[in-house]
Amino acid sequence: MTKARRRLWITAAAGAVLIIAAALAVTAMRDAMVFFYSPAMVAENPPPPGQRVRVGGLVVAGSVERPASGGANFTVTDGSAEIRILYAGALPDLFREGQGIVAEGAFDEEFRFTASTVLAKHDETYMPPEVARALRESGYWQEEGGDPTPVSSLDGADAAGSSAR
Amino acid sequence: MIAEIGRFLIALALLACVAQTFLSWRGADQGGRSGAARAGAAAAEIAVVAAGFAFLLLIISFVRSDFSIAYVATNSHVDKPLLYKISGTWGGHEGSMLLWCWILVLFGLGLARIGPRDPALRARAVSFQGLLSSLFFAFLAFASNPFERILPAPIQGADLNPILQDPLLAIHPPMLYVGYVGLSAAFAIAAAGLMQKSGGRELAAALRPWALGAWISLTGGIALGAWWAYYELGWGGWWFWDPVENASFMPWLLGAALVHSAIATEKRGAFPGWTVFLALIAYILSILGAFLVRSGVLTSVHAFALDPERGMWILGMLGVSAVAGFALFALRAGSLGEGDGFEPTSREAFIGVNNLLLAVTAGVVLIGTLYPLFVDLMGWPMISVGPPYFDASATPLLIVAAALMPVAAFLPWANGGAKPGLKQMRAAFLLVPVAGAIIAFIAFGAPVLAVVAGGVGAWALCGAAMDVGVHWRAAKARAARFSVMGRALAHAGVGFIALGAAADASRPPDINRALAPGESLVIAGHTLTLEGVRRADGQNYMADRATIRVDGRAAVSPERRYYPGADQTTREVGLRSDWRGDLYVSVGEARLREDGEMVYELRAAYHPLVWMLGFGAFLVVAGGGLALTGRLMSGAPARVRGRSDAPAEAAAPSEAAEARA
Repeated sequence: MTKARRRLWITAAAGAVLIIAAALAVTAMRDAMVFFYSPAMVAENPPPPGQRVRVGGLVVAGSVERPASGGANFTVTDGSAEIRILYAGALPDLFREGQGIVAEGAFDEEFRFTASTVLAKHDETYMPPEVARALRESGYWQEEGGDPTPVSSLDGADAAGSSAR
Repeated sequence: MIAEIGRFLIALALLACVAQTFLSWRGADQGGRSGAARAGAAAAEIAVVAAGFAFLLLIISFVRSDFSIAYVATNSHVDKPLLYKISGTWGGHEGSMLLWCWILVLFGLGLARIGPRDPALRARAVSFQGLLSSLFFAFLAFASNPFERILPAPIQGADLNPILQDPLLAIHPPMLYVGYVGLSAAFAIAAAGLMQKSGGRELAAALRPWALGAWISLTGGIALGAWWAYYELGWGGWWFWDPVENASFMPWLLGAALVHSAIATEKRGAFPGWTVFLALIAYILSILGAFLVRSGVLTSVHAFALDPERGMWILGMLGVSAVAGFALFALRAGSLGEGDGFEPTSREAFIGVNNLLLAVTAGVVLIGTLYPLFVDLMGWPMISVGPPYFDASATPLLIVAAALMPVAAFLPWANGGAKPGLKQMRAAFLLVPVAGAIIAFIAFGAPVLAVVAGGVGAWALCGAAMDVGVHWRAAKARAARFSVMGRALAHAGVGFIALGAAADASRPPDINRALAPGESLVIAGHTLTLEGVRRADGQNYMADRATIRVDGRAAVSPERRYYPGADQTTREVGLRSDWRGDLYVSVGEARLREDGEMVYELRAAYHPLVWMLGFGAFLVVAGGGLALTGRLMSGAPARVRGRSDAPAEAAAPSEAAEARA
């Protein structure tokens, strides 16, 4: 085969694979993209019921309720609003009150949020970036000198959260 | 005192790396045999010894629980078992970075000792490796010092994250890092070759063993991580398309492409530019992975805490490596030359197509991983991209790649010819087991993608078996037999992984239910009866151990542990495995039911054929190891010329002898 024809072959094959991959990626992205809503955003402009979304915030102290049938229900806040989350699965071991978590699921018609996944990681200073941004936007979390909030100010956040209720 | 010595050793290693960079560079200019080149190699030795001692001192500080060192105080505890005191050394950011740096300089020393045969190329590669090491040692010395003191020293440490207190943690990160960091050697050789204007074939031959070694280790590290996640995290998954998993998967995909394209380049001179490009970008994606994991920019179960300073440092290192690598590539790729021609039904062509698929998959994963970050940077509404995206984009591409894989082994190099190849393969016979696997999966009620993946898995297994059957006898020399066997084992491993993944994707739904002692639940035909829960404390934790009888016979004992040092709860999964699959039970919190009974939340799952995933990964590692051994035994690349119909393996010994002469 001549050099030119080989080049043509290679280019054609590469082009075909790239186009297929791009098509796959675009369709998959359109179906699989999940938007994040902070409690304030939900209060202002809630997503349509049934749409898969992520919500997140700090778990309000004392809000965790564990029904006998299994699972757990709890409330998250960003300081200006709250969301009640119903979850039938086993909470992650790293879940705890006062900590930032992210839950994925959907709202029903009565605006209860049923989560299919709860993401949590306890690492003293770790905060899911979505929650951090939501807290910054609600003016609830000031960064001190670039440091992420220490645990003590998380506890403070809880107190403020309960007083906001 | 130890901390100060450790700091000094890190500074010494940094200086040695800088010296290695400049001395070896000068040595390469002088042809690679001069005093400067030898001095560069000596500097590499100093760096290895200094960093090794620093690492040892950090381990000693952990064993002695020296909480005046901040890193020890945040990652250890007096009551922690000795094994976890030692493995905790690389359980956090600073310590794992020190390990990373040490492996970097070890590879630098390796290049200086057993690197490329051409002395100038070798010295140049050592110099580039020195540059890469200097970057990371600077990061360690200036922004991630593991020996930072804390004043006043706390009496007790904050303990290592309990989920990391597992024997696998002792080997999973080191293995993963050897993989990540080992790709730096391929980068260094590729960059050095561009600098020296080496030919594509020589370059591919020089970097292939390093890329293969690193990739084997990366494979093992990822597999151990998946296994650890499966039995330790308690949610029963082994792969979550989590950003941090993707961070290791992208270099893996490119490494897989590299170890194959390097074969085509060294044997046939095919696509030399692509092979060199892959060697450069695979390591760059390793650094990108370090950035994603260590800067905390993405929500992930594995991520380290948010730290903008670290993030900027790693981005800087990423920038320097990428600019250096790509600028060299842009300027010098022309000198790599162009290989002999090949036909569309030749082995090169199939390797090329598989390379394309693997690289495109890496691109698709990259887009899914970085898009949320991009959206955040733009200040748009925050989004996340989860498993559905990857299942719909990366998985089909990988299935196509696995379906093409077995064919390539039967196609001749260069002139191609599908007919003789397929005849050897007796493709029609293979369709029987493949159809059998497909029917079995459909009967099992598997989702469409799993049925396809199961069929492809069976196809790959049959292809690998036939590969050995056909090519074993043709391969006379031991080295050639090693490479045939290695290829077949690794490809069979891919088949097992596809089958295991397909079986796990078609498993029955997990059950999550609160049970009182004496009550039962049924999953996948097994009756699980909760017998009772009692205390079973360990050295540094308190635990509730549930006893669950399976079908009235053997019992499994999942635990729920509380680690007071870290103030954290974890669960230990109860597993009952046989060849059909795993019964997987974890126990959650206790709660009071309305009728006054104490109930325990149980999570039960059945994972059919899940062992195939682990076994498949083992085969890939073992096959890669055999191929590497065969490659090192033959001493030099077996070259195949156009218009020669002899299979590559048969040609290997005479070619090797030629090259030695």
